[in-house]
Amino acid sequence: MENEKHHIVPYATHIMVLLGLIVLTVITVLITSVELGAYNTTAALIIASLKGAIVLLYFMHLKFDHKIYWIMVSLVIAIFAAVIVVTFFDYLYR
Amino acid sequence: METITHQHHADAHRDDTAAKIGMWLFIFTEILLFGGLFIVYSVYRHMNPVAFHLAHEELSITMGFINTIILLVSSATVAISISALQKNDRKLTMLMLGITLLLALTFLVNKYFEWGGKFEHGMYPGSELMKNLSNGDMLFFSLYFFMTGLHGVHIIVGMVLLGITLYKVKTGAVNSGKYALLENSGLYWHLVDLIWIFLFPLFYLIH
Repeated sequence: MENEKHHIVPYATHIMVLLGLIVLTVITVLITSVELGAYNTTAALIIASLKGAIVLLYFMHLKFDHKIYWIMVSLVIAIFAAVIVVTFFDYLYR
Repeated sequence: METITHQHHADAHRDDTAAKIGMWLFIFTEILLFGGLFIVYSVYRHMNPVAFHLAHEELSITMGFINTIILLVSSATVAISISALQKNDRKLTMLMLGITLLLALTFLVNKYFEWGGKFEHGMYPGSELMKNLSNGDMLFFSLYFFMTGLHGVHIIVGMVLLGITLYKVKTGAVNSGKYALLENSGLYWHLVDLIWIFLFPLFYLIH
């Protein structure tokens, strides 16, 4: 566990991650300006989730830190996803 | 976990891993707070699709896009500041934190003009105009003001945290051997960015 403190992420990685995030943002704006019907929402949410995952893994160091943080975050996301599913089952089939 | 503290020769009670886990636990409560609001938004949008579609056109995509880029860049500068302090480059750390604070301020100024434009047209929570809107429109704008407002409060809290950290880097209280405060304030700032990543498409883009 001692090693987790000493992983230094190179500056270049941060810059590349930032560029990736900006490109994805531009893609979302372009994709939602085209009329895709219901796929608009899907496309925007998939890209947002992708951006969120990149922020969590690189900027928030989940990729480099001890696994325990990754496990905890995954659990919280799983709980949140379960609440969404249950809520929509309720609203769609009541 | 005890192995971590002795190698830094700091005070015996320091446990950076515990501090970081504590910060993450706090972040989880924030994720669930905003997550709950996102679910409220989704359900009301599902029930009022037409009103939400028309109401979203009142928001400026350009403004939202600029603020998204500002937050993404500010997240990168915080991440760079951590790498810089680990390399014992205090000057770069302080420069990056300073840039982050400036970007955060710019975000708030943009938000001020965005909200100000709405207020000028009589659109603010509790206004006559808002009371006379249809159910769907009212829900959209109430959620817009509440969620971006709550996010704005988080920006201010993040600025205070990063400001304190910047001061402590300057005095040397936060340094290359002891930077848990910088890491944890950084985590908070990335959370603020993370929330905006979802707010932007939901309010400004989706139709």
